Amino acid sequence: MLDQWIFAAFLLPVGLLIPAVPIVLAALVSPHKPNSIKQSTYECGVETVGETWVQFKVQYYIFALVFVVFDVEAVFLFPWAAAYNLMPFYMVLEGVLFILILAAGLLYAWRKGALEWV
Amino acid sequence: MGVVLTDPFGWIGQTLLELLTRLGLQVGAANLVINLLGAVVLGTICMTLGALITWVERKVVARFQDRLGPNRVGPFGLLQPIADGIKLLTKETVTPTGADTIVYNIAPVVMVMSVIGLWAVIPLAPRLIGSDINVGVLYIVSVGGIGTLSIMMAGWASNNKYALLGAFRTVAQLVSYEVPMVLALLIPTLLAGSMGMATIVEQQANVPYIVLAPIAALIFFISSMAEAGKAPFDLLEAESEIVAGYNIEYGGLKFGMFYVGEFLHGFTIAALTAVLFLGGWQGPLAESYPLLGLIYFLAKTSVVYFGVMWVRFSFPRLRIDQLNTFNWKFLTPLSLAVIVVTAVADKWAVQAGLSRVGVLLGANALLVLAIVWLIGAYARSARRRLERTGDKQAAGAHA
Repeated sequence: MLDQWIFAAFLLPVGLLIPAVPIVLAALVSPHKPNSIKQSTYECGVETVGETWVQFKVQYYIFALVFVVFDVEAVFLFPWAAAYNLMPFYMVLEGVLFILILAAGLLYAWRKGALEWV
Repeated sequence: MGVVLTDPFGWIGQTLLELLTRLGLQVGAANLVINLLGAVVLGTICMTLGALITWVERKVVARFQDRLGPNRVGPFGLLQPIADGIKLLTKETVTPTGADTIVYNIAPVVMVMSVIGLWAVIPLAPRLIGSDINVGVLYIVSVGGIGTLSIMMAGWASNNKYALLGAFRTVAQLVSYEVPMVLALLIPTLLAGSMGMATIVEQQANVPYIVLAPIAALIFFISSMAEAGKAPFDLLEAESEIVAGYNIEYGGLKFGMFYVGEFLHGFTIAALTAVLFLGGWQGPLAESYPLLGLIYFLAKTSVVYFGVMWVRFSFPRLRIDQLNTFNWKFLTPLSLAVIVVTAVADKWAVQAGLSRVGVLLGANALLVLAIVWLIGAYARSARRRLERTGDKQAAGAHA
């Protein structure tokens, strides 16, 4: 089973190299005449004011937090799904119970207004 | 000659192995070389395919909009991607002031890698799969997640406010839509009893999973389209709002890599939908003639990809609050319900000795009816609230 990973282990570096080679090549063959106007940050033709890396809206953070909850849950659900064919009925019901608890979590976030975009 | 028809890929592997061992390599080392060769070939094919897809998509969008599309360079404009590539190659590379240079330069490379990496676990034909690993589905989720990361890297490192807004929207959109996508991926896992992609395809010999789980297939299709950032989910690069979003400060081939990566991602989600729900290479005679299986796989992928393009060219962009409402208040609860219904109905069908197809189709139909009724009830209550208060602003926000 482990030797099946070899292909993926090769494909990922190859996948890095294939786009990297043309980019490096482009850097070699393309003209290079930088000046400060050309390199200034684009903002619809006006000069940028202030710091770029501004404070972000807390809404994004809340969505990321809800996402983490559900993604961790999915990690627990995958083994359950993979073993599904071997399970008796009550084990399936246990999995369902787990999903229902998570649904309650989603409902809680919903009622708290965490899912509203303000 | 016979073996070339019945097992061409095994034959190529065997011939290469014999050739390399005759050159004096150990069997283990020869296997490594063959894997490396396979990876290079697959990666190159993917990249060429990505360039070709840009032509296909431009041609199709032109037809949708009653235009001709690229038709000057070569027959039917087929050489257009090459012309574009050469043009991008000779463009000056401009790095904006204050950019985080390393992250800025790595981001497009990582983007392409995440898409090419997905092809390692996609079964292309019988006995033709890069890595037949037993956690294939999880591999898709994790390697696909790197693509999200690359967009955030690009947006953050560009030192541009629009790009940063694009990165923020990436968090709101790509990360959110990963939840229904992962949950929809549970359904093929559950029905096949395995996370390996090759096993999932083999289990669909009689019935493809789109028949057993149509709702899950649709959820996967929609949410992976959002993952690929295709319109109507292209908020992270909304031209009319944040100019070009995360790739605003990119030019030349670095932009070209984002472009190709994005188009190839669209094709890859079509391939994943075909593998997980349409039976991949399954078809008449595919088992005995693997090349036929490859053709079936490509045909199914092309059909799904046409669907992706059709949706993309037909719908306007969603607003960000609508996007998140659709995901968190519709797709996510729905995918949870689909898992519960499928798991219980399938087990019950097996225990009661009923037809699996009939029970699962019935369960899905009941679920659809329940959804339609729930949405109707919600819309009625919203309308009543509107009539009561007469507050159009509030009603619009909740519609």
